Amino acid sequence: MVHVSMAVNGRQASADLDPRTLLVQFLRENLRLTGTHVGCDTSQCGACVVHVDGRAIKSCTVLAASCEGAQVTTIEGLAVSGKLHPMQQAFQDNHGLQCGFCTPGMIMAAVDLVNREGSHIDEAAIRHGLEGNICRCTGYHNIVKAVAQGAREMAALPKAAE
Amino acid sequence: MSATGIGASVKRKEDIRFITGKGHYTDDINRPGQAYAYFVRSPHAHATIDKIDASAALKSPGVVAVLTGADTVADKIGAHVGGVTVYFKDGSPLKTGTFPALAHGKALYVGDPIAVVIADTYLQARDGAENVVVEYGVLPAVVDTASAAKPGAPQVHDFAPNNTTFNWHLGDQAATEAAFAKAAHVTKLDLVNNRLIPNAMEPRAAVGDYDEGTDVTTLYTTSQNPHLARVVLSAFQGIAPENKLRVIAPDVGGGFGSKIFIYNEETVCAWAAKKIRRPVKWTADRTESFLTDAHGRDHVTHAELALDASGKILGFRVHTIANLGAYPSTFWSIVPTWLYGPLLSGQYNIPAIYLEVDGVYTNSAPVDALRGAGRPEATFVVERIVEKAARETGSDSAEFRRKNFVASFPHQTPVVFSYDVGDYAKALDKALELADYKGLSVRKAASAAKGKLRGIGFSAYIEACGLAPSQTAAAIGVGVGQWESAEVRVNMVGTVEVLTGSHSHGQGHETTFAQVVSDRLGIPIDSVSVVHGDTDKVQMGMGTYGSRSGAVGLSAISKALDKIEAKAKKVAGHLLEASDQDIELKDGKFTVKGTDKSIDWVSVALNAYTAHKFNGQELEPGLKETAFWDPKNFTYPAGVHICEVEIDPQTGVVTIERWTAVDDFGKLINPMIVEGQVHGGVAHGIGQALMEAARYDSDGQLLTASFMDYCMPRADDLPSFKIDTIETPCPSNPLGIKGCGEAGAIASPPAVINAITDALGHEDIAMPATPQAVWRAAQKAVTKRAAE
Repeated sequence: MVHVSMAVNGRQASADLDPRTLLVQFLRENLRLTGTHVGCDTSQCGACVVHVDGRAIKSCTVLAASCEGAQVTTIEGLAVSGKLHPMQQAFQDNHGLQCGFCTPGMIMAAVDLVNREGSHIDEAAIRHGLEGNICRCTGYHNIVKAVAQGAREMAALPKAAE
Repeated sequence: MSATGIGASVKRKEDIRFITGKGHYTDDINRPGQAYAYFVRSPHAHATIDKIDASAALKSPGVVAVLTGADTVADKIGAHVGGVTVYFKDGSPLKTGTFPALAHGKALYVGDPIAVVIADTYLQARDGAENVVVEYGVLPAVVDTASAAKPGAPQVHDFAPNNTTFNWHLGDQAATEAAFAKAAHVTKLDLVNNRLIPNAMEPRAAVGDYDEGTDVTTLYTTSQNPHLARVVLSAFQGIAPENKLRVIAPDVGGGFGSKIFIYNEETVCAWAAKKIRRPVKWTADRTESFLTDAHGRDHVTHAELALDASGKILGFRVHTIANLGAYPSTFWSIVPTWLYGPLLSGQYNIPAIYLEVDGVYTNSAPVDALRGAGRPEATFVVERIVEKAARETGSDSAEFRRKNFVASFPHQTPVVFSYDVGDYAKALDKALELADYKGLSVRKAASAAKGKLRGIGFSAYIEACGLAPSQTAAAIGVGVGQWESAEVRVNMVGTVEVLTGSHSHGQGHETTFAQVVSDRLGIPIDSVSVVHGDTDKVQMGMGTYGSRSGAVGLSAISKALDKIEAKAKKVAGHLLEASDQDIELKDGKFTVKGTDKSIDWVSVALNAYTAHKFNGQELEPGLKETAFWDPKNFTYPAGVHICEVEIDPQTGVVTIERWTAVDDFGKLINPMIVEGQVHGGVAHGIGQALMEAARYDSDGQLLTASFMDYCMPRADDLPSFKIDTIETPCPSNPLGIKGCGEAGAIASPPAVINAITDALGHEDIAMPATPQAVWRAAQKAVTKRAAE
């Protein structure tokens, strides 16, 4: 067993874990934050994307132990004081989700994409930037529209998201 | 149209929990004291199971139980049967066995579950499974669809000689032969409809939980049809009465057909929870999903089209070999027969059609319905051979189709279906305009100047959905009934709950169904909630597949609303001292016709329950009505999709430059949601056409068992789509809805292949048209052009 401690959505969280425990398992099973999903076993689908120290990572591919002391944000931590993050709102406004399973990872990846590429990101760059997130329902058309709107709205936020 | 009524693009109510990570998918559900299941699966495609030694596994840390096929037999857990009987040409029924929850005696495909290890944690169950020692007697496997029925192939089942489950046919063979005898031109085509793996983003999962005090088993499962799951599981596990098994399909992350069927693992979870007296949880990993979710498609077809001298189609004959896999899945045999053959007329007036289908067993995963289920297979044959015929006769692709379109309705096809309404030429005209067909030659020249090849491909599809009239369903082998149910409960305070037998796993029913109620009763959409997915809450339903929730589910709701309106008017009549015949309901108000005497919805609801303004013996208190809607007919969505590609002959990469779709879905409840369904369906079909293929090697090993080897369409593989609609309302249901969930996947593959072959100069190309395949074909085309 290994003792792991990190901040998740602003709160300290710690546990004694089997060293093989993935970050996504720690989030889902120990902290019961089930918004982060597991969709594959080869790090490709992106359903597990969270932010660790401000950057998007695939939580299925990182050991909880290697996040010792990190600041982790999951989909549950994106809305602030009950107010949706503009990217979340954009997904609803643009019907950017159907079954919702890929959605948390998609939103987290999109926020990170905009953080890195800026708020004027165009369609081609959005499509390329979401290569690590698979959706089977939407055909991506509305996801692209959602990300473009979310990007514009993020620019209007008082400070950078996170 | 109100802002939240029928026809409005209302934003989805259910989104809130999904965008904030508060959904309840089956793997999110945890029961106190639960144990975890991990399945031991055959690594061989065909083998006798000679010995299973679980002794080491039982001693592994945390392992609570190891169960095998022998245990299912001892506990009288019945092996499932296929839900549909189709027949040989001589009228004898198909050759079928059973589908056991855990293979016993023989393993028939790689991934076939033969034992389950149950432990305190997932990792302990997984580690324990590695300690189960199985002795197999490996046998040769039969894998290839085209040769499975040939003499000498390894036999999957002793009861099915030549691996043949059925030789089925449809249509008029004599009339078709006669049509070919007088043909001026015959076009021939050999096609493969490539095998697909569904890959909903949520892997299948199940949690079984037994309550000793009430003798009730609760099964949470990723199902599109929890009531069907309950019917089957209670029957085959001897749970009686049926409501001692509660099945809950909570939030489900996509289905596409793959979550219709009653699978081994959920069967085991329900049984094991009662057996070991602890909740048992199982979640597939993605490799298990690849191996064991029912696969789709997998047809090998030879088709011939007979034309007269003017290019009119005289006859069509088709021979298909359909791979059903190793076991009878729930709908299996209806997919390559009744959901396929009757669609072979396409949008065309074809006087004579004859189809033969040979269903074969192979040592592969069971094959069953997948988005479109039979109709994509039919449309691919029709639209590829029609395209080839157009090119062979030097006709424009659009005009060849238009000349052969059905132009008057109703139209009886030679393959059972009678198309009720449609306007195929109108959709074609609209699509041609939206796609800027006129500007194509300019765009082709511009591409050529850059060294690229540009091509255009049409798909004029029709499909049959809104499954189905129950008598018709029974006549073709589906005996379970295909109606849908709705219970509309008006509460004392005027809010409404709709309990539906439909199930939403992405389709947005919590919004669209509420829109219909809000529109009809004139009440705010926020006061309407939709309940589905729990057999304890909704009495009975058939579930969601076959694009039926709108056409059938909403029709049941509409009928229930008729009854609600009638009863509410009776109550209002008492309150307004008028006959209910003189009451009008509009915008949430009941008014006596021709007067200004009115009362609002909430007051009527309250009075229905307080029951003191009328005699409760003459008029029953309460306001709650049920309806079961049995469809009068299938519905026939149809449309035209146009795909324009640009190919780089140096790399074989196909870029879809534009996608145009004009579909006729009848009345639309929520255009935003309908468009989303088309986007997703088209993406799915583009995946099939360009990149997806389930491949087994000759030993029956699945080579494409992860996202590394099975290419899924991603955002940068796809364009944005131009989607439009025309509307010929469906005459067979109250709201005029045809359904839209599968149409995109049905229409798209031939449009893509027609476009690529146009760009390449009419070489045929198999699906998936990967860059390697396209590059090879481009080289051949270059060589051929140089030689000419």
